[in-house]
Amino acid sequence: MIAIENLSVQFGAVRALTSVSFRAQTGAVTAVIGANGAGKTTLLRTISGLIQPHDGRILLENRDITQVETEDISRMGVAHVPEGRGVIAEFTVEENLRLGALASKVDVAAGLALQYEQFPVLGQRRKQYAATLSGGERQMLAMARALIAKPKVLLLDEPSLGLAPLVTGELMDTIQELCVKQSLTVLLVEQNAKSALRIAQHALVLHIGSVVADDTAANVAADTKLRRYYLGLND
Amino acid sequence: MVANILTSRIMTDLLGGITSGVVIGLVALSLVLVWQSTNVLNFAQGAMAMFATYVGMTQLNHNLNFWLCVLISVLVGFLFGAITERVLVRPLYGKAEINPIVVMVGFLSLLEAVASSIWSSVPRFLTPPFSTTYFQNGGSPTGLSPFALFQIVAAFFVMALVALLFRYTNLGLQLRAAALAPEVARLLGVRVGRLLTLGWALSTAVGAVAAIVISTGDAGLFPANMESVFIAGFIAAAIGGLESPAGALLAGVVIGVIMQFINDYLNSGYAGFVGVILLVISLLIRPQGLFSKSTQRRV
Repeated sequence: MIAIENLSVQFGAVRALTSVSFRAQTGAVTAVIGANGAGKTTLLRTISGLIQPHDGRILLENRDITQVETEDISRMGVAHVPEGRGVIAEFTVEENLRLGALASKVDVAAGLALQYEQFPVLGQRRKQYAATLSGGERQMLAMARALIAKPKVLLLDEPSLGLAPLVTGELMDTIQELCVKQSLTVLLVEQNAKSALRIAQHALVLHIGSVVADDTAANVAADTKLRRYYLGLND
Repeated sequence: MVANILTSRIMTDLLGGITSGVVIGLVALSLVLVWQSTNVLNFAQGAMAMFATYVGMTQLNHNLNFWLCVLISVLVGFLFGAITERVLVRPLYGKAEINPIVVMVGFLSLLEAVASSIWSSVPRFLTPPFSTTYFQNGGSPTGLSPFALFQIVAAFFVMALVALLFRYTNLGLQLRAAALAPEVARLLGVRVGRLLTLGWALSTAVGAVAAIVISTGDAGLFPANMESVFIAGFIAAAIGGLESPAGALLAGVVIGVIMQFINDYLNSGYAGFVGVILLVISLLIRPQGLFSKSTQRRV
């Protein structure tokens, strides 16, 4: 479980997040949706400690992690798959995965075996450089690399970016399945509101750094005003 | 016939060039290690290595074993590199690229001045544990002495160790990740800050080996004794590609050989000049370095 309390982030004179509060529950996908510039990526980066908030708190299972360094937040079980995926192109698939396991207490060989079982395509391409993978495969690799450390919280930043609709659909199903199976707290940032709302239990709508809706995914999906003004979904 | 080839002028120059080239390659490797991890061109690299060598090799005066002095020099280099990164370089990350350059050039002058005041600028001649007399073949000298062999073996030993560390160990994987994609590495729990310190420590230790080899040679140990090899190493690193350790090494050897031939066949005054010309040509043809793949970075 992750709880955000009155989180505000400022870049110089620009407010990126204004007093954002919400909770993301264990075993559920919480979608964070909104237009470009709504502050979705900033929110994830602040949770991971890459950005220092100027006000507010971040609680991981009731422990305040607001001042903790990024690498320690990761070691505490928060896995962040950044926008653009952050796969290291010069590394092979297996090297990327090993890198994900090294900082955790997970046995590397067992972790690799589990991920190859979960994502068979990665097993087939283990010796290939990540640069040679397709967009969908890279996203799989980025997810597997995050999961190999057995995290409690999974932060996904625009996983559908650049993927074909069919691949996006499969990816979303995988996210939902993993979330339930491994009791993860998933925070799914998406511009593709439709795909995200389909698998999420809870949804947060951001607009220029503020929360305009914090409700069940079903309620958000059914709200015509939200759909029209903030999500760009025309019926 | 065999005797002729081994003692011919070309062969002698080739071997001599390789011997000095591997040391240039070591200096280049040391520069690449720091550039890759922290994007700093360490102009004080030679001076730092010289300093570590003074600390270690002057222990010879206390009748310490040669190899023990080598070990001390390398360890001092390792620590010196780590401390320099923590104290001097860390506050400069994220600043304009000129800042670390100015600081490191200043550090270079400071180290040479301090070394002069502690140990004086008169060269000290360290007796190497190997003969510098050339191997003979049919009564004529070849281009290789036991000491030259020691230089080559030491250089390749260090290169092999660095390559093994980076290629085949978990620490090497994390070091490479920290250099290629520091933010991603941090998100995966890698303690990037510590690894940058380690990169500087390794670089200065490698530099110390180069400085020991130079200082035990004919020129001896004096505060500015790394200057010319540093310039050659810098050119090698730029030509080989600052992103490519293997390219830097190869460029070092090639430059060593070219300079040796110029010294012998033309005029020893031209060697430095030719180095600069090589640099200009390579920058014109491939500014990113001959062996660098930096155009196809990160996804």
